Amino acid sequence: MQAKNLIYDGTFDGFLSAVFYVFEHKLTNVTIQNEFAMQQGLFSDVEKITTEEVKANRVWKGIKSKLSAKGSYQLYYAFLSEQIAVETLLLDYIQYAFSKAHNVDKDYSHPSILKIAQIAKSVGREKHRMEAFVRFRLTKDDIYFTNIEPDFNVLPLIEKHFKRRYADQKWVIYDIKRGYGLFYDLEKVELINMDFPENFNFTKTDDSFFAEQEFEFQKLWQDYFKATNIESRKNLKLHIRHVPKRYWKYLSEKQP
Amino acid sequence: MSFQRTQEKLKILADAAKYDVSCSSSGSKRANTNKGLGDATGMGICHSYTEDGRCVSLLKILLTNHCIFDCAYCVTRKSNDLKRAAFKVQEVVDLTINFYRRNYIEGLFLSSGIFKSADYTMERLVAVAKKLRTEENFNGYIHLKSIPGASDELMREAGLYADRLSVNIEIPTEAGLKKLAPDKKREDFIKPMIKVKNEIIQYQTEKKIIKSTPKFAPAGQSTQMIIGASGENDFQIMQTSNHFYKNYNLKRVYYSGYVPISYDNRLPKIGSAVPMLRENRLYQTDWLMRFYGFDVSEILNKQHQNLDLDVDPKLSWALRNLHEFPIDVNTADKRMLARVPGLGMRSVHKILNARRFRKLNWEHLKKIGVALNRAQYFMVCDSNQFEKRDLTSEKIKGLILQNSTSKYQKMLSNQLSLFG
Repeated sequence: MQAKNLIYDGTFDGFLSAVFYVFEHKLTNVTIQNEFAMQQGLFSDVEKITTEEVKANRVWKGIKSKLSAKGSYQLYYAFLSEQIAVETLLLDYIQYAFSKAHNVDKDYSHPSILKIAQIAKSVGREKHRMEAFVRFRLTKDDIYFTNIEPDFNVLPLIEKHFKRRYADQKWVIYDIKRGYGLFYDLEKVELINMDFPENFNFTKTDDSFFAEQEFEFQKLWQDYFKATNIESRKNLKLHIRHVPKRYWKYLSEKQP
Repeated sequence: MSFQRTQEKLKILADAAKYDVSCSSSGSKRANTNKGLGDATGMGICHSYTEDGRCVSLLKILLTNHCIFDCAYCVTRKSNDLKRAAFKVQEVVDLTINFYRRNYIEGLFLSSGIFKSADYTMERLVAVAKKLRTEENFNGYIHLKSIPGASDELMREAGLYADRLSVNIEIPTEAGLKKLAPDKKREDFIKPMIKVKNEIIQYQTEKKIIKSTPKFAPAGQSTQMIIGASGENDFQIMQTSNHFYKNYNLKRVYYSGYVPISYDNRLPKIGSAVPMLRENRLYQTDWLMRFYGFDVSEILNKQHQNLDLDVDPKLSWALRNLHEFPIDVNTADKRMLARVPGLGMRSVHKILNARRFRKLNWEHLKKIGVALNRAQYFMVCDSNQFEKRDLTSEKIKGLILQNSTSKYQKMLSNQLSLFG
């Protein structure tokens, strides 16, 4: 049978719709690809999948009934990794799960299950890092603003954490790599797209955008960061392992 | 607040507080209420790490470094010639709130030198926590020091606002304490600890009957011991630690390698190395006690009074107890799996789950993340390849060390050459 290549719109529902299509047509030789990251296979037959919420929900419900809560969220986490060909791994996992009567999500010696668990773990780690490394800066409009560039698409995962924690202040967390963000207006969180002024520098706190007191608190935080270090225990290797260099550019304590 | 004044105080009082190693911000169950600020329900978060590799999760400061005591090991001791400062209650509140809003911290760790009297000091610590909770509707994490000698009433109030209370016993034995802090007695530290323990139990019992009973120090209490300042061996240290875990329901005992800060000849000289490797081995032992089902006497006892520096305490125990091995990874119970060198609790759980689906071989174990370099000598699995030679402990140790590079290699050769 000729290889089939299913193209979906990049959303989780889109991916689940593609999974539905695979089951519906009993496809065996198939790959699923995000339309934005598509690689044309030479001899494959391409099919564009329309995202249908009803079908997606059916698949998701099925998955949830087959796996533990942890197993199904691992699938979602792994999906958000946006790694190349993660869809194929996910499909393999889902097909395996549906082929067995018992719950398979702890079958760590199955290659796809172990791999998905590992990818989900790194996405979880990135989520946790964002919860830690976000540094809000107070704007002149009284909004606590931060920009991030996470390795994976973790905004959907961190929304709840920040909403619960900063319930009494307006905030924006903006993913400049993926071009969208979360805005909390004291009532609800919305997805937003922003246009930044041309001279906007994401690493600098510019006094035309940020509140006056912002500079003072950044300075105090930098001072605190220095004072709390014990020089005779210096261990830069450990420091960098905990705070990898790629995160430094948006950390206020790491600014000169 | 005046920026420059606050800036100067912050530098002094953060510097003085940094020798307290506790940074935990987890274990509380304080949820955000009435759309206030903060939430301490989840796991703790390390928002940054200092260049020495320690977690920064709380704004850790002293209220003041004025102190009426003269404990030799302490940087804020009365006789030490250094700049003194004191925060106003409102200053600490403002710093905490503004740092928290910017997602720098999980909350506040407030300690203090003892000025005037224990009650006077404790009162101010409580005032900060009270203001944060009642006026700022702050639900982040608060860790307060219990000041030895403070009244029961103040201790009770502290527990109602704080998530964790701690009192540092600092010196592991009474003899050491007598030498380095003659003004202090072990009972002074124990009294507030017992008080807090009893209050926690009482509040928890009441909570079972009356749902609306307020929380009392929901993240429990902890303590800290300085390592390498007063000549105790590891056996004495871990016995003390075990005693505190068992009798005072402590959440954590922290071990802090002594950082030389004094020319006092009762203490290690300024410039001598911080015993970081030893500190690490003590933490490993602490973990074996709390999570791996070891009794402290299996690891440290009259015959083995000090931990090996070149291998971890579990490996060291296994080498002394080769008659318990090898175990079969596909049939051994959880208790024995946890005792295999190179197997962490995460791997143990993965193995327990995975082996229900198929028999595990070396390839599976490697992928799961088992440190086979150590584990291979102590287990068999679904494979006809396993260690068939009858190796002695020394031989196994040699083989393991040969095939591994410890992150402490440099330190290890330094320390060994010191005694060599």
